[in-house]
Amino acid sequence: MTIEKHVLSILVDNKPGVLSRIVGLFSGRGYNIESLAVAETMDPLVSRITLVTKADAPVIEQIEKQLNKLINVIKVNDFTGAEYVQREMVLIKVTAKSEHRAEILRMVDIFRCKVVDVGIEHYIIETTGDQSKIDAILKLLKPIGIKEIVKTGIIALLRDQYTKK
Amino acid sequence: MKLTGAQILMRALKEEGVDTIFGYPGGAVLDIYDELARTEMRHILVRHEQGAVHAADGYARAAGKIGVCLVTSGPGATNTVTGIASAYMDSIPIVIITGQVPTKLIGNDAFQEVDIVGITRPCTKHNYLVKNIEDLAKTIKEAFYIAGSGRPGPVLIDIPKDIVNELAEYISPKKVRLRSYNPTYNPNIKQLNKVVKLLKKAKKPVIFAGGGIILSKAHEELTEFARKTLIPVTASLMGLGGFPASDPLWLGMVGMHGTYRSNMAIGECDLLIAVGVRFDDRVAGRTDTFASNAEIVHIDIDPTSIQKNISVSVPVVGDCKITLNHLNNLIKNEDFGDISQKRKKWFDKINEWMNTMPLSYTQTDIIKPQYVVDKLYELTKGKAIITTEVGQNQMWAAQYYHFDEPNHFITSGGLGCMGFGLPAAIGAQVACPNKIVVDIAGDGSIQMNSQELATAVQYNLPINIVILNNQYLGMVRQWQELFYDKRYSSTGMEHAPDFVKLAEAYGAVGLRASKPEDVERVLSEGLSSKKTVIMEFVVEREESVYPMVPAGASITEMLLV
Repeated sequence: MTIEKHVLSILVDNKPGVLSRIVGLFSGRGYNIESLAVAETMDPLVSRITLVTKADAPVIEQIEKQLNKLINVIKVNDFTGAEYVQREMVLIKVTAKSEHRAEILRMVDIFRCKVVDVGIEHYIIETTGDQSKIDAILKLLKPIGIKEIVKTGIIALLRDQYTKK
Repeated sequence: MKLTGAQILMRALKEEGVDTIFGYPGGAVLDIYDELARTEMRHILVRHEQGAVHAADGYARAAGKIGVCLVTSGPGATNTVTGIASAYMDSIPIVIITGQVPTKLIGNDAFQEVDIVGITRPCTKHNYLVKNIEDLAKTIKEAFYIAGSGRPGPVLIDIPKDIVNELAEYISPKKVRLRSYNPTYNPNIKQLNKVVKLLKKAKKPVIFAGGGIILSKAHEELTEFARKTLIPVTASLMGLGGFPASDPLWLGMVGMHGTYRSNMAIGECDLLIAVGVRFDDRVAGRTDTFASNAEIVHIDIDPTSIQKNISVSVPVVGDCKITLNHLNNLIKNEDFGDISQKRKKWFDKINEWMNTMPLSYTQTDIIKPQYVVDKLYELTKGKAIITTEVGQNQMWAAQYYHFDEPNHFITSGGLGCMGFGLPAAIGAQVACPNKIVVDIAGDGSIQMNSQELATAVQYNLPINIVILNNQYLGMVRQWQELFYDKRYSSTGMEHAPDFVKLAEAYGAVGLRASKPEDVERVLSEGLSSKKTVIMEFVVEREESVYPMVPAGASITEMLLV
């Protein structure tokens, strides 16, 4: 059984404790969470959770069923196999000594990132993109010296409601 | 007119048809208890909150309705957890109301504060913390709806003390509608047509019934289906009583301590129709060899039960009763040919298994525990409600007491919770005052909640507690005998109270049988008593439950006597 990555988009009641039910389900049943992003939707009574997990086919089937069983879960959508847009934002605090500043700014330019903070010995770079773009910029900045990063977790949206498998 | 939170609670419970609550008062629920005393509500004061939940569980199962318990915050709430977990595993509809510290103190580590909603999140079907008085009536309505619908289960409502005293209009919706919760009751007919096709083809079919039959009250539909298609029936522990044990199609229980013929039949069948089951590991054993020659049809209301442990060929999501009804209608006009002729070889095989290895024991000059259950069955004519503790007593009860009706066997199946039987018997007797209720217990497990004897005596509940005393934690001892070279580590229980004196100390009747010839007399005397009775049977110390499938083995690989 092959283990695959799945992006689950979960609509839930926007109520206290709901996230805890979702996270508790994953930890209690031994499923894994690679990333998690949560916020209110246009409807203030509903939140969207974008959750990335890795599992084989029977386990992903159980995950989706178990999620649906939770009283506060309105809808579970597995984007795998569908056409969707996926983004993640990263803030990167990179060591920026004078000899490297120009090189870093060139990279920022090439990757269409933004410098959002400048210090005597650092830049904070904001970048948004899919997994491969983020991996690429991190790889290039690493030799220069990354002090700290923070990621939002993946968010995703179907391109067209009807393209889903 | 505005009502207090306590008044709203009592009114909402009444509207749900609740007339009995099992509970234990405390600081955070003082106002609720004050209001309760002004109503008609019957309150059964238990001696430990765990007992309240098990009693509500026993009540729910015997009555076929939702059980209710009421406890205070903090320790009152945490004491309910085991009971809730047991009810959750067995899908029993109960509503647990816990008191909570006042809203402004929540999170302050206040006296008797505990995050019970957080603690019980994974062992309730759903739970609530009521933070606004306006939500109270609606929450109770929702809680009862969720507990009793779909796959039933426990729902907890945590009510802070200040909410109980606030005032609000009583506004409760007529009907509950939740956009995120809509159980599927009606099966997909396309799937049922596939079942009919398989039924026609099958040469060696078996029906495997579970607790879902009892929860959805589908026993009549199941019996009709089995008799029409002439298919032998086995059941999980939770399914006992879902099909009459006196019917010639009955195979007995399946699984770790199932009958030889049931387990063999599952191993060899070519069609397995599983209804209202979840293929627990105590049933399925080694999953890759379970019913490996069969097409498996799995009917259950909970989609997560399907394809979880066993992969099946025809999944059917739906209520057991509705689905079996559909199936019965579909097969009404189908021509199955001379079905008894077609099944002859299969029944011959099953009879052969039954004759090679029937359930058996040999009564010597020491009382055999099986003999006690046998006699109990005989004397009660199979009509008693049997609750059990957990372990050998539970398995002997399941093997030797034969159930013809649903809601008569009440046991902690999934959680396997020792201390369940006595409080569950209290709940069952409260629900069915005219029935004979018997708790089949071991000397170990009865000590886990023996304080509830006081409850039984206080409310004049004539429950019968049959203690099979082997001075061991028998089931664990059995495993140690079989798999740990007889190293009986911490399973000897030579130091127990004198159970006859214990009964008397509580104001109950205590009887003891030490010899086989005393068994019948003690049982008759106990059963005819109108009081709470302990009947202690000093049984063979190292008797074991057979057949036994070792953990992780195929269910056809049984250890036999």
